[in-house]
Amino acid sequence: MSESQGTTGSMVYKAGAVTGDEILVDGWELIVGLEVHVELATATKLFSASANRFGDEPNTNIDPVTLGLPGALPVLNRHAVELAMRIGLALNCTIQPSTFHRKNYFYPDQPKAYQISQYDQPINIDGFLALPGGKKIGIERAHLEEDTGKSTHIGGAGGRIHGSDYSLIDFNRAGVPLVEIVSRPDIRTSEEARQYVTELRSILVAIGASDAKMEEGSMRCDANVSVHKPGMPYGTRCEIKNVNSIRSLGRAIDYEMRRQIDMNEAGETVRQETRHWNENDGRTHTLRSKEDADDYRYFLEPDLVPLDPSPEWIQAVRDAMPMLPGARRARLSASTGQPADGEAVMVVVERGQDDYVLEVAAAGGDVGRALIHVKEGFADEGATPTVPAADLAGLTRLEVGGQLTATQAKTVLAEIVANGGGDAAAIAAAKGFEAMDTGALEAMVDQVIADNAAVWSKYCSGEEKAMGALVGAAMKASQGKADGKLVTALLQAKRTA
Amino acid sequence: MTPRTAIQIAAGVRAGTLKAADVLEEHLARIDARESDVHAFNLVMTDQARAAAAAIDAAVAAGNDPGPLAGVPVALKDNMCTHGIPTTCSSKMLQGWKPPYDATAVIRLAAAGAVAVGKTNLDEFAMGSSTENSAFGPTRNPHDLSRVPGGSSGGSAAAVAAGFASVSLGSDTGGSIRQPAALCGVVGVKPTYGYVSRYGLVAFASSLDQIGPFTHTVEDSALLLDVIGGHDILDSTSIPARQPSLRDAIKQDVTGLRVGRITDLPEGADPDVAERLEAAFDALRAAGATIVDVQVPAFSYGLTAYYLIAPAEASSNLARYDGVRYGLRVNAADTNAMYGATRVAGFGEEVQRRIMLGTYALSAGYYDAYYGKALKVRRLIADDFDRAYQHADVLLTPTSPTVAFPFGSKSDNPFAMYLCDVYTIPTNLAGHPAMSVPFGTGAEGLPVGVQILAGTLGEPQMFRAAAALERAMGVSK
Repeated sequence: MSESQGTTGSMVYKAGAVTGDEILVDGWELIVGLEVHVELATATKLFSASANRFGDEPNTNIDPVTLGLPGALPVLNRHAVELAMRIGLALNCTIQPSTFHRKNYFYPDQPKAYQISQYDQPINIDGFLALPGGKKIGIERAHLEEDTGKSTHIGGAGGRIHGSDYSLIDFNRAGVPLVEIVSRPDIRTSEEARQYVTELRSILVAIGASDAKMEEGSMRCDANVSVHKPGMPYGTRCEIKNVNSIRSLGRAIDYEMRRQIDMNEAGETVRQETRHWNENDGRTHTLRSKEDADDYRYFLEPDLVPLDPSPEWIQAVRDAMPMLPGARRARLSASTGQPADGEAVMVVVERGQDDYVLEVAAAGGDVGRALIHVKEGFADEGATPTVPAADLAGLTRLEVGGQLTATQAKTVLAEIVANGGGDAAAIAAAKGFEAMDTGALEAMVDQVIADNAAVWSKYCSGEEKAMGALVGAAMKASQGKADGKLVTALLQAKRTA
Repeated sequence: MTPRTAIQIAAGVRAGTLKAADVLEEHLARIDARESDVHAFNLVMTDQARAAAAAIDAAVAAGNDPGPLAGVPVALKDNMCTHGIPTTCSSKMLQGWKPPYDATAVIRLAAAGAVAVGKTNLDEFAMGSSTENSAFGPTRNPHDLSRVPGGSSGGSAAAVAAGFASVSLGSDTGGSIRQPAALCGVVGVKPTYGYVSRYGLVAFASSLDQIGPFTHTVEDSALLLDVIGGHDILDSTSIPARQPSLRDAIKQDVTGLRVGRITDLPEGADPDVAERLEAAFDALRAAGATIVDVQVPAFSYGLTAYYLIAPAEASSNLARYDGVRYGLRVNAADTNAMYGATRVAGFGEEVQRRIMLGTYALSAGYYDAYYGKALKVRRLIADDFDRAYQHADVLLTPTSPTVAFPFGSKSDNPFAMYLCDVYTIPTNLAGHPAMSVPFGTGAEGLPVGVQILAGTLGEPQMFRAAAALERAMGVSK
């Protein structure tokens, strides 16, 4: 699992898997906390009726509230509150009475010169997210706030406002509802960070809170990174911004960890600052130091009233929650015997096809084979594949009964998927697939040995590669009807005999 | 001559005995005659007003009822958004800006048949007590052109006093309706916070701002509040519950009403003002009310708490005037320089002073000592009032410590100007209603107002007391 992209020097993880145990790099422990902003999938903005829609013509989804016109007042979007509560419940948070504050700062894409955000009384507090392997990452808070507009700086260097000739501002995004999910500093490796964001994304999509697309900016991730020696206090942290993909997150954390370790080992002091991840050079760069930080002059937003969802409302939101990815994986794992964080279970649940696998089992199919078929053959299908569950169940029954080899089954499956369904037995018959009985198979294998005496003797003298040629000959002789595994077993048995 | 009160005008127009167009022309004629002296308006909406009056008359002729304010000429403080009509807040910052929407109160007035005649002058962004802080020149008091009309809603008060409009709307953050009402001799009401929607009112201090009426009579104010009051989904702080009609409330006399005298009220009212307050107590006692002594110890801390809270909110509310999207922009080398140049050029001295005060009060390291402490004082004031209202239904104080003062007499001394609002500010901090009722004259024959205060949603009792004072004046006249 270790990876050293964008880093210098050696990096050896003591443990091979993410366990939450002590994982040291040159004797240093990495400490990471993540702040993830997600745009909520509401029809309208957090405080006005303008559409919340990505990709529209600039400055078309605007209104007096969005533009911060004199006299305009915010009105809280009930659906946004509901989605925020869903996020809180999915992350095992406590939902509490909350308030909104103004965070004051001047920036051209901040229309009111303040952002309305939850501050000391956020709606969701004290939760956790369980990684697929089981480790729990604490959630400090998940609060509501509004997004800013989007600036494009023309001219100058690096797309920054400083030195640019002029700037264009699109206020379509201004006022889009965000939930900021702040983890506790419980993450110890870049791989854990990636797993956290991946799992969080799955949860957000599953509960319909957000489409959570990092590439479109509907999910944005900042990482607080520090290193320390075990047993010592945590080191000074740096906040890494501009991380635009899960892969970049891993690279940025690894780079920053190495940078801080190298500084510490060279006797230098890590300064608290905000750093900018540069995808092109694979490094982080100082954006602003703590001394330059704005004084946001937070105070209670007087245009809004406290938000205090009734127990009935919270219960209604809870009752409407879908099963979460972790629970779905556990359920599929229990049914199939495959590990919950194994590839097959992870992939099938990520695609939302686990219900389908269980339907196949309920229709009399073999659940283990159904899992593999769905994982391998249904990559282009959605959460509700067009193939009737009974059809896939039929296929797995033929396999279990020994009437189809694995190779034949694959062929039949492809045909069933291409046609959106079909009777496996009829397709197999049409293709002339029939399983050979053991006697016929053995006779055929004997014939292959006789026909390929030279190869057989090489195999008998220990040349394992020769096996492939023999199996291939057998498959050819049987016109693909032979089960490759059985042929292999027979050849092995005959050699030792 | 047509009648001057809204009740009479609307009754005549609705009955078809009075033409809205005639009423309007009389008011426009008075504007023609005296506006150049008084300067109540930033904009007189002659054409729009004539079109609106004609539409009212046409509706009546067609047998339709234009509503309870049919044909009533109304003036609007120029910090209320009017669709397509300049809304300046008497600031260079917003000169020429035309809102793409109407304030809720403006919509409700129009829906009730009122005819908007113009946008009235104010202290820039409603910061001041004399209307001397307008970027477009001061308004003069119609009773004495050498004196201020009060502020910040000086234009709205003067417009009614001069007969330019039958009624007007102002906004009151620390006394900006009541104090000019007192100085101009008209009725002015600041309702309970949340009684009238603030949607479309350009914010000064959002937790304190309220829209309210200026009228010749108490009943006209009751009518206006019945029209513009009530919940608005566009203002989250507007009160959801339906309020009882205030026109109905004033039908009840003050027999048994407990009227409180604040024994620890801050001193400083001029003797002529204090004398009128005593006369008001006497009049209410004579009308059947009971006078009781109460204490509101935190009252005297109101002014200082206000001058931290209101500027703090203003510093945030006025930050949006950055030259980026609308209003004034002064170009400069980079964005930050443009912000600075724009705001220095666009804001007057008092606005800049309050932005700096408020920014300081909210700053890291000073928040607890200033803004945080002011919030605690605000709580104390509300608690003290609540205790007083266990013994009294309404309280009586002077509205302003003085009658209208001459131009320039306080404008060089911000603190002296701030003291104009010593009696009006605490009710804003508590979110309570209060109103000023003309009660005779003081020095130089200038009007004196008496302030009636009540607890949250105590408007019915407050209006009963106001109507009784008005009746007492009528009798003594």
